[in-house]
Amino acid sequence: MKLRHLVTSSIAAIGISFAANAAELRVGLHSEPSSIDPHYHNLGPNNAFGTHIFSHLVGSDENQQHYPDLAESWKPINDTTWEFKLRKNVKWHDGSPFTADDVMFTVERAQNVPNSPSSFVTYLKGKTFEKVDSHTIHIKTSKPYPLMPNDMTTVKIVSAKAAKGASTEDYNSGKAAIGTGPYKFVEWVPGDRIVLERNPDYFGTQAKYDRVTFKPIKAGPARISALLAGDVDLIDSVPPLDVARLKQEDGVTLSSGPSNRVIYLHMDQFRENSPHITAKDGSPIKNPLMDVRVRKAISMAINRDAIVARVMEGVAVPAGQLLPAGFHGVSNKMKPMKYDPDGAKKLLADAGYGDGFKMTIHGPNDRYINDAKIAEAIAQMMNRIGIEASVETMTKAVYFGRASRGGPNKSPEFSFMLLGWGAGSGEASSPLKALLHTYDKSKGMGAANRGRHSDPKVDALVQKALATVDSDARGKLLAEATEIAVGENFGVIPLHYQVNTWASKKGSSYQPRTDERTIVMGLN
Amino acid sequence: MTAFILRRSLQSVFVLFVMSLLVFIGVNLVGNPVDMLINPEADQAEIERVIRDLGLDRPVTEQYWYFLVNAFQGDLGKSFVFGEPALKLIIQRMPATFELALFSLLIAIVFGIPLGIYAGLKPNSKISKTIMAGSILGFSMPTFWVGIILIMFFAVHLGWLPSTGRGELGTFLGVTSSIFTLDGLSHIFLPAFNLALFKLSSVIRLARAGTREIILQDYIKFARAKGLSESRVINVHLLKNILIPIVTVIGLEFGSLIAFSTVTETVFAWPGMGKLIIEAIYNLDRPIVVAYLMIIVFIFVTLNLVVDITYSFLDPRVRIKGEA
Repeated sequence: MKLRHLVTSSIAAIGISFAANAAELRVGLHSEPSSIDPHYHNLGPNNAFGTHIFSHLVGSDENQQHYPDLAESWKPINDTTWEFKLRKNVKWHDGSPFTADDVMFTVERAQNVPNSPSSFVTYLKGKTFEKVDSHTIHIKTSKPYPLMPNDMTTVKIVSAKAAKGASTEDYNSGKAAIGTGPYKFVEWVPGDRIVLERNPDYFGTQAKYDRVTFKPIKAGPARISALLAGDVDLIDSVPPLDVARLKQEDGVTLSSGPSNRVIYLHMDQFRENSPHITAKDGSPIKNPLMDVRVRKAISMAINRDAIVARVMEGVAVPAGQLLPAGFHGVSNKMKPMKYDPDGAKKLLADAGYGDGFKMTIHGPNDRYINDAKIAEAIAQMMNRIGIEASVETMTKAVYFGRASRGGPNKSPEFSFMLLGWGAGSGEASSPLKALLHTYDKSKGMGAANRGRHSDPKVDALVQKALATVDSDARGKLLAEATEIAVGENFGVIPLHYQVNTWASKKGSSYQPRTDERTIVMGLN
Repeated sequence: MTAFILRRSLQSVFVLFVMSLLVFIGVNLVGNPVDMLINPEADQAEIERVIRDLGLDRPVTEQYWYFLVNAFQGDLGKSFVFGEPALKLIIQRMPATFELALFSLLIAIVFGIPLGIYAGLKPNSKISKTIMAGSILGFSMPTFWVGIILIMFFAVHLGWLPSTGRGELGTFLGVTSSIFTLDGLSHIFLPAFNLALFKLSSVIRLARAGTREIILQDYIKFARAKGLSESRVINVHLLKNILIPIVTVIGLEFGSLIAFSTVTETVFAWPGMGKLIIEAIYNLDRPIVVAYLMIIVFIFVTLNLVVDITYSFLDPRVRIKGEA
């Protein structure tokens, strides 16, 4: 009896000691970063986590709007040169001052990290950096380049002194993990926790917590339990199914917001004979998806409201274009396509497919929220207008390789696929360039154009926009490109924007971010 | 003797080689790791650079050859995701998994044997029937689900134990483990119990069957006739005899505890090898998958070798056959 009493009271004491330390925050993360090195792996979890320790030249807020971070101001000084004025009196975590030399060093390092599975070259190539004085940088390009501030929100600035010759391992061990961010690195035990502490010398708003511990908890139910049990104070990626249940919990605050990720359908528009489409009797037919009327009919046959309400449990927003309202370069005219199965049937008949055809919808089953269920819902809606659709879903590890390069000559393998796109740069040029511009290896355009949609008008508009520095003019060009590529050509069919949900302990709330990142500075 | 050991060692090397071939070809058949690693915004040139850097543009045979050459130098490749040596990453997480497996073994033995003996001694009592029904549930309920239920009940509802992660580390006699601190113990209990449930059920059943059989033996009757106390009869004469099959089964299945730990580690976010391998499989981090399987095969092959050598000491016939 005595022993049991002792054990329970000790366990209670542990609980109290956690609660008493209010300035400590514990976060349950769905995805653990693969490294502390900010230039090693250009991927969501790493980019989000690194923001605690490192700063960028240009900051990106919860709506992906820019704000001065290490650069106080920036402007184009002529057609091909951008000037960045750096903030003065910024100190690295080791006490040394931040100067333009650190930026010059960063640019060099970020493009040359050994074994990088996805590098920052994407944002740095074709740019020449020049140090003008200790706190001014010029960036030159051969052609006018409007997305310079956007690109500068991606690369984290590291200390030339601490990072000289440092390998990725040196960052992971903490030796080189010296930044200018609101938190300092303490330790990383892979798979278990990452610990940070407050940087008292941060140049911006002081961090709220003395100590932050990130715990990777991959399984959704386990993450929620950890929050309910009080073992963590904030979790991300709350599955939609659990949102309704968590709403009834007293001790929990839910924070939801739309993301920059659109879920869409891509359709084979480059093969006369598409591999996964046949007539209803199984005989080969000319690829009906080449016909814009068929693509439009498919869009009309999709009941987006039903998908959002039933499949997504209300936690999504029906989509009519590539990015939700509020982002740069979206069109004000485009609304989600109205659900009209009868009109769709008529349009199919006009196109000569009144009897329908047979096709397979391919999709991942572990990449986007409820992805497999969405594909099944689409198939049912297709069947309603006479297109006999079957669904094949697979794990993302297999799916994306096949969707991009699974066919003959490394062409996309599927005919009709469910995908998603998050606009990392926070404006419409990102999806337009990758999904709808003609696939062109030499120009680096259309890299994710798995349907190989191609329209010279769209290409011209996108290219013009990418060379227009004036923000308003560029926005108009991008909106126009979207109106043609999505609104008229149905190059892709948007379904909905994903909504992400965070859950935190009562008394705090998370400011939802469109870039889906979990950054503790957003917890209020 | 030397010839025997040499012959067996060569056989083991051959097994390792065949295994590496199978595993390597197996993981290379599935998916393309580039798509899991690369930022979707990367253009074609960057995608090709990564494919080249990871050596994925080479034919599988050539990749395998490089793997073999490096493996002979003790290098099982670098993780695609973490960029660090796969072997290092796995060994880093080995203690957490072994600690969990050993602790659950302890739970299975400490609870399983007394419960099993009780059920064997009083097969018709209500308590015994409850124990046996419980052991059937232990066998048949999925580990993942039980894990969540344990968390919901003990961590969320009652708030007695932490729901996730590994606790503080302590050092005792030069061994560092989380079971040497109170915080660590409170963290390990739920996952270990979750992992132990299956083993616990087998131990209960084995102990019960053994008890039922041995209690009827003449020497037990004789011990009782001699007037020995009931506790001495059970603790000495009975226990010693039922332990033999239990020890054999537990020993043989220790490997399966480590294998099953993948599920438990995922539910409880336990930072062990199991969690690492599961995530490596999801992310197509081939070097880790290959290295993990090679390590497991190596452990088994080595154990078998040691067993065989021990046999040859104990039983000269094995040796003679070997030399013939």
